[in-house]
Amino acid sequence: MFRGYRRKRGLAPFFRFFHIFKDGVDKWLNFANIASFNSIDKQSLQHRNQNGMRTFLIITAFLLGSLRVFATGTEPADHHQATHETGSHSEAFNAGHMIIDHIVDSHDWHIASFGHTHVTIPLPVILIDEGKLITFSSSHFHHGEAAYKGYKIETDRKAGKGKIVKVIPGTMDTDPHAAKPIDLSITKTVIGIFVTLIVLLIVFFQVAASYKRNAGHAPKGLQSLLEPLILFVRDDIAEPSIGKHYKKFMPFLLTLFFFIFFSNLIGLFPFFPGGANVTGNIAVTLVLAVFTFVITTFIGNRSYWLHIFNPPGVPWWLKFPLPLLPLIELAGVFIKPFVLMVRLFANITAGHIIVLGFVSLIFIFANMNPALGYGVSPVSILFSVFISLLELLVAFIQAYVFTMLSALYFGMATEEHEHAHEHAH
Amino acid sequence: MELVSPGIGLIFWMTLAFGILLFILGKFVWPPIMRALHDREQAIELALHEADKARKEMEELKFSNEQLLREAKEERDGMLRDARKVRENIIESARIKANEEANRIIESATERIHFEKMAAMTELKNQIANLSIEIAEKVLGQELSNPEKDKAIVQKSIGDITLN
Repeated sequence: MFRGYRRKRGLAPFFRFFHIFKDGVDKWLNFANIASFNSIDKQSLQHRNQNGMRTFLIITAFLLGSLRVFATGTEPADHHQATHETGSHSEAFNAGHMIIDHIVDSHDWHIASFGHTHVTIPLPVILIDEGKLITFSSSHFHHGEAAYKGYKIETDRKAGKGKIVKVIPGTMDTDPHAAKPIDLSITKTVIGIFVTLIVLLIVFFQVAASYKRNAGHAPKGLQSLLEPLILFVRDDIAEPSIGKHYKKFMPFLLTLFFFIFFSNLIGLFPFFPGGANVTGNIAVTLVLAVFTFVITTFIGNRSYWLHIFNPPGVPWWLKFPLPLLPLIELAGVFIKPFVLMVRLFANITAGHIIVLGFVSLIFIFANMNPALGYGVSPVSILFSVFISLLELLVAFIQAYVFTMLSALYFGMATEEHEHAHEHAH
Repeated sequence: MELVSPGIGLIFWMTLAFGILLFILGKFVWPPIMRALHDREQAIELALHEADKARKEMEELKFSNEQLLREAKEERDGMLRDARKVRENIIESARIKANEEANRIIESATERIHFEKMAAMTELKNQIANLSIEIAEKVLGQELSNPEKDKAIVQKSIGDITLN
């Protein structure tokens, strides 16, 4: 997997940290039963020191365990209490649901709720249903409580909560037989993408302008803040991974790096217009990975494909009559971008889940006893802050890793094997 | 599962947004930045190279300066040596000349003294002869019969007296 990788300078600590963190996140997610991600390059990632990880694992496992226990354990009593108090609002606090609702995309941008008054920014809904374009504001849904033009936001968790579905006319029930409309709505994540896009354009047009204005002189201001990162991408990611042809990949790698880095950072900012879970959304990472995949596939030279379909230096019986190795190599072509997609998505999502988990602890304990809630809150806040700081690091590391691996794949695809037998594997 | 199922709308918008971003940044932002960085690096490289060259030149210059200085010093030393030689020669020749002159003067003085002495001696001898004759005349009270002969005798006897 890492055959083309030529490591340069002291980036080992980043790598080590990344391994540790990735490990922890994988296990955490496995434990949480939210998703289990098995990436192909796990073996290469898992051989590192796991000692420091154990404590982290125990803590998260404990927290998650307690979270679920409390969430289920308090439900009946809570339910009773809630109905008693509000009369109508009967849903108990469920940390898992709350976290998922915060992470996934939504059709309006929720800012705050005071009792039953939700302060949200309604976002446009764009549907293509049976060839017709239908647009309206998501405020017509009244936060999922009303249907509009025959559509509603699905509230049933089992049927894909949050998706726009057709209703049986005159009711609020989902029409199970109707075709699902194509949903091209400007959702919260789309706004998040646009925010990142605008921030990137503003920042980098300014930087480019100061490069023109300041030609030949030392960098100033914003330019000097971002120049080390640009140089980092060029000198530590592109050049050592790709080699002498690195220049033509620089625009993509720089855009990729800064898009991921900036959206990670903006995603950590908790208020509008930040806080949208952009890179923690699998569609976003899918698109990024597809870009890398398409580029890798199109630039792949003869020896790259030769190495896949006829790997040199391996016994013939691995290739004929059963093309075992070519099949594995071909699978690798698709697994590589898949792993890219999952890694970024899982890391960022995990960060958000952990922070939200700590915040949820306050409400879980408060449901048991208000005093307990107050007592737990400083600890929760402290841990949230700690994880948020960790996420700052992860924001950079994930941008680095994604760009690094993309560059590595480009490097593999453009590598010229003059002595093919040396690269036997 | 909502979390891991990518939505078509988001894929569409993301592709669009990232494509636009890639196009705009790739066309208007990254090329000038990369070029500026490259140019600046080249400039720095060049400047360093130039500085290195200048330092080498300086060293060479310093070396040649030293050489020049050394040569100049040698020349000066040579000149000094020559001058000293010339001076010594002059002094020597002057001394020889002076010696010669002095010798000459002494010689001529000696000669003159000798001559004067001789003259004085002759004068004295004559005087003595005359005085002797006079004395003898007075003593004898008579004129000698043959003054000429006497005079010769006296003269002879005076000549025999060695005067220092």
